[in-house]
Amino acid sequence: MTDSAKVLELLGKMKAAIDENAQFLTDLDAAIGDNDHGINMARGFKKVEEDLPGLSGKDVGAILKKVGMDLVSTVGGSSGPLYGTAFMKAGAKAAGKNEIGMDDFIAMMEEAIGGVQMRGKAVKGEKTMLDSMIPALDAMKEAAGAGKAAGDVLKAGVAAAEDGVEYTKGIIATKGRASYLGERSIGHQDPGATSFLVLLKAIAEEY
Amino acid sequence: MVGFVLVSHSRTLAEGAKELGLMMAPEVPVEAAGGLPDGGMGTDYQRIAEAIDKVAEVSDGILVIMDMGSSCMTTEMVLEDRGDALPKAVMVDCPFVEGTVAAMVSAAMGDSLETVKKAAEDAAGEKKF
Repeated sequence: MTDSAKVLELLGKMKAAIDENAQFLTDLDAAIGDNDHGINMARGFKKVEEDLPGLSGKDVGAILKKVGMDLVSTVGGSSGPLYGTAFMKAGAKAAGKNEIGMDDFIAMMEEAIGGVQMRGKAVKGEKTMLDSMIPALDAMKEAAGAGKAAGDVLKAGVAAAEDGVEYTKGIIATKGRASYLGERSIGHQDPGATSFLVLLKAIAEEY
Repeated sequence: MVGFVLVSHSRTLAEGAKELGLMMAPEVPVEAAGGLPDGGMGTDYQRIAEAIDKVAEVSDGILVIMDMGSSCMTTEMVLEDRGDALPKAVMVDCPFVEGTVAAMVSAAMGDSLETVKKAAEDAAGEKKF
């Protein structure tokens, strides 16, 4: 079980992971996008970190909703409305809860991914963050269904997200700024799929 | 009269489109919501929301014109959060510059929000030569 205090701690870890990978994410974006994904994510999570102390004692739903609003308000690129919607949807699913288990987490991820699909009007296979999100969710569902422990469920998610990121190298971007490049986007991994992997890994390392 | 909010990643592009529109339709309410607060490239939720509120005070309907990507998604979230507030604000899918000019001219003639929106959409089919 993960309580609200642990969720705040995890968000701090996610912020640190984004900072650590900011240059890498921006470099990936420079190749096929507009050269700002890492900078934007770091700006968003900086605001999230600033707001963490004020969220102490709040339920998981309220915490994640605030995180979503922070990201929408400060990221400045597409990842703002996309991750913002994801965290808000996850928060809505966890409304009023002070503790969440793996089943809750999977249900929240499912809502979050649905939100990303709705906001970005994208599907799997378009070289977007969904290409790591959806396989991760599927793998986690399978692992949880097989009765595995939380740490192993998250590990399965990370492994599938890694494969998903790898898969984005071989496909053409049909959504987002990279779609302007058409076939020239092949060979490059998607920055959004990569940032999701970074975030999920930061959570998995704690279990 | 229908008013406008122009949302771009670039402050200067939003300001420039506003300037072009005002050349032909100087009486039309229009706010440019381009760039991030620090002047960098990107779309700012707060800036878009404030621009819509400002135009709402002096218009009978608001047409929001976006450049691409996060401009559209961020505007969508601002409008969702605004709910059913009046005057009505709608997004239109059109060429940023040509759509702005065509729609502002339509607004200056007193056209309804629906007609103004159509003028913006029709700009996509206009041939330049």
